[in-house]
Amino acid sequence: MKFRFRLPSVKVTVGLAVLIVFTFVAFFGASLAPFDPSARSNDILQSPSAKHLFGTTHLGQDIFSQILVGTRSVMFVGFAAGILATVIAVIIGVTSGYLTGFGGEAVATLSNVFIVIPALPLIVIVTNVIPNSGDWAIAVVIGCTSWAWGARLLRAQTLSLRNRDFVQAAKAGGESTWRIVAVEILPNLTAIIASSFIGTVMFAVMTEIALAYVGVSGISEWNWGEVLFWAQGQQALAIGAWWWFVPAGLCIALLGTALALVNFGIDEIVNPRLRGGSKAVIRYPDGRKARMRLGFTPVLTPRTEEAGRGGR
Amino acid sequence: MSPVLEIKGLSIDYGTGEQSVRAVNQVDLTLNRGEVLGLAGESGSGKSTLAYGATRLLPPPGVVTGGSVLYHPDNGEPVDLLRMTPAELRAFRWKELSIVFQGAMNSLNPVATVAAQLTDVIAEHRPKSTKTERMVRAAEMLSLVGIARDRLESYPHQLSGGMRQRVMIAMALVLEPRVVIMDEPTTALDVVMQRQIMRQLAKLKEQLGFSVIFITHDLSLLVEFSDRIAIMYGGRIVEEAPAVELYDKSLHPYSDGLLHSFPALRGPRRELTGIPGSPPDLRDMPVGCAFQPRCPKAFDPCGVSPPPLVRPASDRTRSVACYLHPSA
Amino acid sequence: MRYFARRLGFYAFTLWAAITINFFIPRLIPGNAVDSLIEQRRGEVDSKAVESLNILFGLDKHQSLPSQYWHYLVQLSHGDLGISFGNFPEPVTTVLSSALPWTLGLIGTTTILSFLIGTLLGVFAGWKRGTWVDGLLPATSFLSSIPYFWLGLIAVAWLAGPLGLPTSGGYTVGNIPGWNIAGDILQHMILPALTIIVTSIGGWLLSMRNMMVTVTAEDYITVAHAKGLSGARVMTKYAARNALLPSVSGFGMALGLVVGGTFLVEQVFSLPGVGLQLINAISGHDYPLIQGIFLVVTIAVLAANFLADLAYMVLDPRTRKEG
Repeated sequence: MKFRFRLPSVKVTVGLAVLIVFTFVAFFGASLAPFDPSARSNDILQSPSAKHLFGTTHLGQDIFSQILVGTRSVMFVGFAAGILATVIAVIIGVTSGYLTGFGGEAVATLSNVFIVIPALPLIVIVTNVIPNSGDWAIAVVIGCTSWAWGARLLRAQTLSLRNRDFVQAAKAGGESTWRIVAVEILPNLTAIIASSFIGTVMFAVMTEIALAYVGVSGISEWNWGEVLFWAQGQQALAIGAWWWFVPAGLCIALLGTALALVNFGIDEIVNPRLRGGSKAVIRYPDGRKARMRLGFTPVLTPRTEEAGRGGR
Repeated sequence: MSPVLEIKGLSIDYGTGEQSVRAVNQVDLTLNRGEVLGLAGESGSGKSTLAYGATRLLPPPGVVTGGSVLYHPDNGEPVDLLRMTPAELRAFRWKELSIVFQGAMNSLNPVATVAAQLTDVIAEHRPKSTKTERMVRAAEMLSLVGIARDRLESYPHQLSGGMRQRVMIAMALVLEPRVVIMDEPTTALDVVMQRQIMRQLAKLKEQLGFSVIFITHDLSLLVEFSDRIAIMYGGRIVEEAPAVELYDKSLHPYSDGLLHSFPALRGPRRELTGIPGSPPDLRDMPVGCAFQPRCPKAFDPCGVSPPPLVRPASDRTRSVACYLHPSA
Repeated sequence: MRYFARRLGFYAFTLWAAITINFFIPRLIPGNAVDSLIEQRRGEVDSKAVESLNILFGLDKHQSLPSQYWHYLVQLSHGDLGISFGNFPEPVTTVLSSALPWTLGLIGTTTILSFLIGTLLGVFAGWKRGTWVDGLLPATSFLSSIPYFWLGLIAVAWLAGPLGLPTSGGYTVGNIPGWNIAGDILQHMILPALTIIVTSIGGWLLSMRNMMVTVTAEDYITVAHAKGLSGARVMTKYAARNALLPSVSGFGMALGLVVGGTFLVEQVFSLPGVGLQLINAISGHDYPLIQGIFLVVTIAVLAANFLADLAYMVLDPRTRKEG
């Protein structure tokens, strides 16, 4: 499967752009923030203004700065967990797909077990039991519990690849197992790995925010979930301080949507049938129309006939 | 000899605008009542596209860009398939014209029983039929193709390849259509099964009296089973003749090449020559005759423009598109 | 039949795995939880309770690990999950049995509803590709990226008032049990259910739509059209029926996610379900309860998965290979 470079669709470009913005903020958020997010002031519970773009908390802290600084923690944990989970998924998935017989089945069962065991309760429990959780620890825990779905996908794909001619040819030619996996199989899995990675990042982001919201200690300061934790603790919505609430949630939704859009693009690469974004009605330069419809091939009206019966 | 299906000037494109590819180019083809018309050609010659385009089953991005497909019913006026509305097409389909598809494993719905797939089309076209009537008919069709009645409740994956193909045939004939298009019905089967099925088809045709368009790349099959043969190359018909005459003497160099690509089981030995080169890329067709780059007999006019399909002066019962055989 | 046996075996194995994980979790906790409990309660702890808790936490150092494991299994088989610290002296099983119906009810209905709605919309989105229905995809993706609890809180703040819906508790305190309670409970469930459904539709829609697009490119769909069958029939009996299979088999994974989300929603709406218990148990260091919840939740998810597998067996005749 060669990658021909094609101009990405609108969806994907938008998604990538948003992701780049967030990454930028993750790196430079701390320097960009106008205030120290933990600094208290006398501007208590102010609605958004030029000075405080997202308003202030009950202690006079600037919410905009909190969000900017928190981006780093969100992105870091999300991507770190994503990378860890994807690496595990690749190792386990490809191994269980390539190995024949009991070995493969056993590993496959292992990943099925992890798929079925509900992740969030397990993560919540483990993070509470481990004494010092910091960003790294959370990322590791999430990474170690969310690899299963990707592993299953990769296993299915490896299984079907293993029986293809070019792999059989390589085996017959005496290539070592390592080489076959690395050179023949892995390149064909790139798109699935990428898609699985993005899916895991999405899951990791949602999970770590949920953890911060619930009050799991140890996540870096001002993770967006923590912003929401404080907001909820002070009954922000009840007292009408919507600005405390909305930006964090919207940022989460934006990040998630951006990831989903990029995922669409990858989906289209993996499954050529999804490509093309076929338009239902095609207009010819001379004004004639053809309506693409499954099961009823359109017929172009000849130029002399009036538009009406034909072209259906 | 009266025509039952007349295709005139049919042109089919894939895609639109700059990237469109002309897959079928101004094809004229006539199927007469009660005859078997063979349609032969290599992959990419456009034969399947022709069949699906004519019946408007070509998936997007296929577009029919011109021509007409006239169907002459037993009683009544001829209708143009290309001008029908979807509702009219639906009523017409399978009742007058049905198709036996290639590759039965993928052509049968994997989650529906054989009975369901045979009866749903009856229910659609004969809404007043009762469930019993439909099942009786389904069982009847299965026995026609030599499958036991108890297979009605089976699913496609439980049947062997040959059985599946016969189910496809039974399905195609269930409403007693007048025209049956067979798209490579035996390509995926072994020769023994192939023979059985061809025999069965011949018998069924005698019994039910339908006309057949038989599409295949295997010319040897056609020579035996069809009345007339049409040969396609690069989206055009290049020769059309009664089967025996084509076999004895072909006029177009391509037909000649095809006929010399397989050995005869009986009769004098012929030299196997094959055809050098490969079929043309539809996106980049040569100017002039499409076969010219590979033709051993090419001469000056061949490179100028594609030769028209005409009745040659030497024999008015056949047609050929070659400058070697101009019309009178 | 082989398929059935294999799935059954798999679930048995997963159950064992979950129990074993459960066994090991408290052994990661530093210190002796039971002793601190006894201190808390100033010695008023019944010795049988201490015994069972010791077994649960493996604090009886005189026993070897395998022996502890064995005792743990025996205790489990008697349905004894220990005593809850936070709700002392209620046993865990009692706490859970009053909380479970809420969670099951909420998860059950919302999962089924969002599966049905999402899948139905997905069928149309896949069938009518290239039309305005395609726009549903980014829209529902956006909705899916909104955290459950955030949407819940917004719903509480902005929707409950205008719609006159109750926002917390699960039921109005002080109602006399009777039929009117059902209506009251339903009213309390509307907002939480809505929150979950809105955010989870996107996933079902997307996967169903993708599968429809893949399936409609198959030959048997062309055959169905060639047979002159009505559009509705082709879309349902031929396309959707086949496209449905991966969604059903993926149900289990989705369920795991919904469980997590539901817990958060319960917290937001103060629904007295298992999720709320878990969150409280964590902040209260109520280890037996935490363990018990994890086990029960896993069993419930396994059971649901099993049901989904049964459904898959019914839907896909290829799994019922006979001979």
